[in-house]
Amino acid sequence: MNEKPSPPNPSPSGRGEQTAAAPESLDWPLWEVFVRSKSGLDHKHCGSLHAADPKMAIQMARDVYTRRQEGTSIWVVRSDQIVASDPGDKGMYFDPMEDKVYRHPTFYRLPESVDHM
Amino acid sequence: MYTQAMDTSAKDAGEPEKALRSAEEMQLQQRFDERIDAGEFIEPKDWMPDNYRKTLLRQISQHAHSEIVGMLPEGNWITRAPTLKRKTILLAKVQDEAGHGLYLYSAAETLGTSRDQMTEALLTGRAKYSSIFNYPTLTWADMGTIGWLVDGAAIMNQVPICRCSYAPYARAMIRICREESFHQRQGFEALLTMMTHGTDAQKAMVQDAVDRWWWPSIMMFGPPDDQSPNSAQSMRWGIKRISNDELRQKFIDAAVEQAKVLGVTLPDPDLKWNDERQHWDHGAIDWDEFWRVIGGNGPCNRERLNARVKAWEEGAWVREAALAHARKQATAKEAA
Repeated sequence: MNEKPSPPNPSPSGRGEQTAAAPESLDWPLWEVFVRSKSGLDHKHCGSLHAADPKMAIQMARDVYTRRQEGTSIWVVRSDQIVASDPGDKGMYFDPMEDKVYRHPTFYRLPESVDHM
Repeated sequence: MYTQAMDTSAKDAGEPEKALRSAEEMQLQQRFDERIDAGEFIEPKDWMPDNYRKTLLRQISQHAHSEIVGMLPEGNWITRAPTLKRKTILLAKVQDEAGHGLYLYSAAETLGTSRDQMTEALLTGRAKYSSIFNYPTLTWADMGTIGWLVDGAAIMNQVPICRCSYAPYARAMIRICREESFHQRQGFEALLTMMTHGTDAQKAMVQDAVDRWWWPSIMMFGPPDDQSPNSAQSMRWGIKRISNDELRQKFIDAAVEQAKVLGVTLPDPDLKWNDERQHWDHGAIDWDEFWRVIGGNGPCNRERLNARVKAWEEGAWVREAALAHARKQATAKEAA
């Protein structure tokens, strides 16, 4: 199962802020985990975890997210260090690209003999 | 593993909607409903109705607790697995449960509750977890039977949640389902090995385990549809996709065939094929037992919770020391 379309951009969510707002907490800080599944590919966000320090975050990311050879490299980033676009700005940010079809190769109709261009 | 119908303690989710709402809120609500109807996913920072948030938070955190508590009945057998092969398989499975718990806690945290708050809710008994883990694991055959029936029921329940409208939950569930199939298959294979090559005593042990786990397993799908008052709302919100009874039927239909392959009988004399419905009919489920176990009075409720409290308290110094070490390292780095 599982080929469910999951939205490609798992936003880092509001969690980081929350951790930052509670400095007294004994909760370990939250880290976002990025895994490169094989060499040549991008690191991709795959989830988050709590860890006391960077070294522990990497080790735990290995145990939590790559138990079946899902990765060849891991990045971890403190969640409160991630700056994300505001979902409220989604329209303003991304809609303007909707009518710029001329940015796509398929916009240009060419004679068949050169259409592989 | 799994969560059953987590609407079992969903009283607050059924609250009548507030009568007075601002025009802005109604507009947001309408926009939200449209997104749900269009099959869109909801992300953590998107506007959502309070009860949607509450329902999800309860369901996901209970699901997470179930994974964590679910390690206990199996952990019981790691040191006593019959061979090295079975021991490594069981270790890998229990490690998976821990991982699944962590994916789910992370998803629940996106709704605005901290990990500490959720842990506290579990340890003080305020939060529920799947009633199935309050049954004891008496023999090695219980390990195989849990894989086959309990994980089998879990998978049946979890696959539709991969399409849950709340994206972090759906993403966690996709990951979990991908890993869960091994859990069921290893269990069935362990039982099949005993039923095919085992002694009479081992075969009897398998049958005994199936007799004990069958009914609790089919209870995992939660109360019958006409007694799940919040199911309709969860369906409307795209949190739940298929009803308790429908999933239970699907599971029973599959399990009957699997039991034949295994050579065990299922402990329900009323189990018979209904040609008209094209499904297996089953006998009455003892819902009193279900509510008793949910209510805290199953065979192992206290033992499970005590084990979690003990682990949490005895691990406190480790958590504090790791944090102190991290602060010291950070200070040293700043000074340098």
